[in-house]
Amino acid sequence: MTFDFWTNIIEGQVMLSLLLWASILIVVMYIARQPAHQIILVLARSLRNALRLMAQSVMLAEKQLRSRNREVLMAQGQEHAERFIEREFQRVETLVNRDLSGYPSLQRDLKEQITRIDEDYVQSSEVPPKPPEWLKAIEAVANIPDNGSPVVAKILNDIHTTLKKALEKDLQEYRLANRNRHGLLKKMMPYWRSLTSSLNSVERKITGLEQRSIIIDSQMQSYEDIRNHGAYAERMLSSSSLTQFFISGLALCLAIIGMYVNFQLVALPMEEMVGAASYLGSSNIRASDISALFIISIEVILGLFLMDAIGITRLFPVIHLLDDHKRKMIFWIMLSFLFIFASIEASLAYMRDMLASDREALSQLLTGVEVAEPPLRWIPSLGQMIMGFILPFVLTFVAIPLESFIHSSRTVSGLFIVWVLHMLVVFIRFIANLIFGIGRMLISFYDLIIFIPLKIESSFKQKNDDKKEEKISGALTHQQETDEGK
Amino acid sequence: MNMKVIATKALFFTLSFFLLLSLLAQHGCSKPRVKKAVYVLVDTSGTYNQQFDKVQIVLRYLLGSLQSSESLALARIDSESFNEKNIIARMTFDSRPSMANAQKRAFLESVEQFGNNIQSSQYTDITGGILQAIEYLNETQATEKRILIFSDLKEDIKKGQVRNFPISFDGIHVVAVNVTKLKSDNVDPREYQKRLEQWSQRVEQGGGYWKVINDLNHLSQIIE
Repeated sequence: MTFDFWTNIIEGQVMLSLLLWASILIVVMYIARQPAHQIILVLARSLRNALRLMAQSVMLAEKQLRSRNREVLMAQGQEHAERFIEREFQRVETLVNRDLSGYPSLQRDLKEQITRIDEDYVQSSEVPPKPPEWLKAIEAVANIPDNGSPVVAKILNDIHTTLKKALEKDLQEYRLANRNRHGLLKKMMPYWRSLTSSLNSVERKITGLEQRSIIIDSQMQSYEDIRNHGAYAERMLSSSSLTQFFISGLALCLAIIGMYVNFQLVALPMEEMVGAASYLGSSNIRASDISALFIISIEVILGLFLMDAIGITRLFPVIHLLDDHKRKMIFWIMLSFLFIFASIEASLAYMRDMLASDREALSQLLTGVEVAEPPLRWIPSLGQMIMGFILPFVLTFVAIPLESFIHSSRTVSGLFIVWVLHMLVVFIRFIANLIFGIGRMLISFYDLIIFIPLKIESSFKQKNDDKKEEKISGALTHQQETDEGK
Repeated sequence: MNMKVIATKALFFTLSFFLLLSLLAQHGCSKPRVKKAVYVLVDTSGTYNQQFDKVQIVLRYLLGSLQSSESLALARIDSESFNEKNIIARMTFDSRPSMANAQKRAFLESVEQFGNNIQSSQYTDITGGILQAIEYLNETQATEKRILIFSDLKEDIKKGQVRNFPISFDGIHVVAVNVTKLKSDNVDPREYQKRLEQWSQRVEQGGGYWKVINDLNHLSQIIE
């Protein structure tokens, strides 16, 4: 049925034909008004309910994911706190082993020093000089009245002289003894100082331990908070995780730039080894590029193993669980390999410089331009070699941001998915309400199309209602009059 | 560290690896790999042999542009051009860049030697040269094959030589470079246009592509 069929139902009268069809449509729509309204409403409600159900299930998934994120976050935080506490205990152990292992010898030294000081003290004690035995005899003689006798006076003078001499001698002996005592006390001085120094050293060590114990206490507090799934701990861990994600992401970006520089150093000389025209399968990827990428990847992997062997990262639990001897062995093996690769890369960098020079010379020959050899040409060559040697070692440190990135990305990706699910819930709810609104709007639009018959219907209804009201009021009036007549 | 964490890490590494590979593959497969082969034909007839300096300019450009494993050949058009002896130098550059550079130097030396000893030929067998070029180019198995013709395109063959037959170019680009005008072209320029038109029809009917470049400032168009 073409458009002409609809417009030519009355021959040659397009407008009239369309009007006829419109009238038929309006009549049909008016007749089917109630069921049409019901269909639209049921459809809109069903869609809204279905979408609400969908939103609820997405919300449930979001809730579960949120809970999983929380668990992951707490587990990571717990692991981190355990590692921190473990490290602090290792430091305490080192302190105890280093400082307090010498404690018995220190105690022995202190005892020896105290014994010496004690001996010197005993020796330096002052013994008061005994009074001479004959002092009483002299006193008795001195009390003898002289009665002017020259003999007695002479005897007394002799006694006085003798006594004076004896006293001078005693005084000298006493001074000598005192000097000896002072000498002994002077000898005690270094022992005192040594003793003070030993005690200060003990004090310092004890203070260091005390500080470590304060840090451990603080970490234990955080650890307990994490174990109790505290809200504060969750907020802190979440914030820390986001920070870690962005910082490690930035560090990885820088590392990738470093890898690109490394790649540029290696790619050209690799063409010389594997050929510039070798490609990977039917693709456009050069085999030399893949080889260069492979060398750099190997260096990065060696760096990861090296960092795990030292214990800085824990990307490979197998390495971490090995005993110290084996880990040390792995460390030396990885370091040797890295050294070999760094040497290879340095030589490749030198070869790159040679090839670039050769290419430049050919280019000059082809263009017919003669350019003099620049002075100090060896500096860039040497620089490239050094870079080629150092970069593999620098790339080993990629392991640290990589580990942080992997750990934090679990949390961050979880948070991102939660956000996406939340937005999805909002969107589904919006769509549900929109569909219901559209359903109601369609009903109104439906009524708008058939507004003429609806208007006619309402005016008929109005008239009928008026008539009924008149009848009722007439009957009531008649009843009232009858009642009044009675 | 439990198995779940290990599994997550393994998954992360695997996904990263595949992402990197897919990126590389996308980068690598975005364009089909191109291997070029260029055959340069130089007319040594009396009407053209003064133009060799222009040939040298183009050859130097080609030597600078062609990469490892790509091929370049130089041959002269003389009285009997369908001949291996007419090839002055031909090389498929080594896959090692240092070796390829050495080959380019050797090629350039051959070109200069030839330039110093050009002997004028009596006739101009362009078709024979083209047939020789097609044979060489098909042997190289290159994906992009080009024949550069330095000539006035006026074919003048010996009596008895048969050259009036269709040639299968099969996707080969034929570029006429520096097509000089003859004295007779100045009398009637339609002759020049007719010559170009004839060659164009011959190449395109044989499944090839035809192009004329007279301005050597647009050298990049030669191998594009």
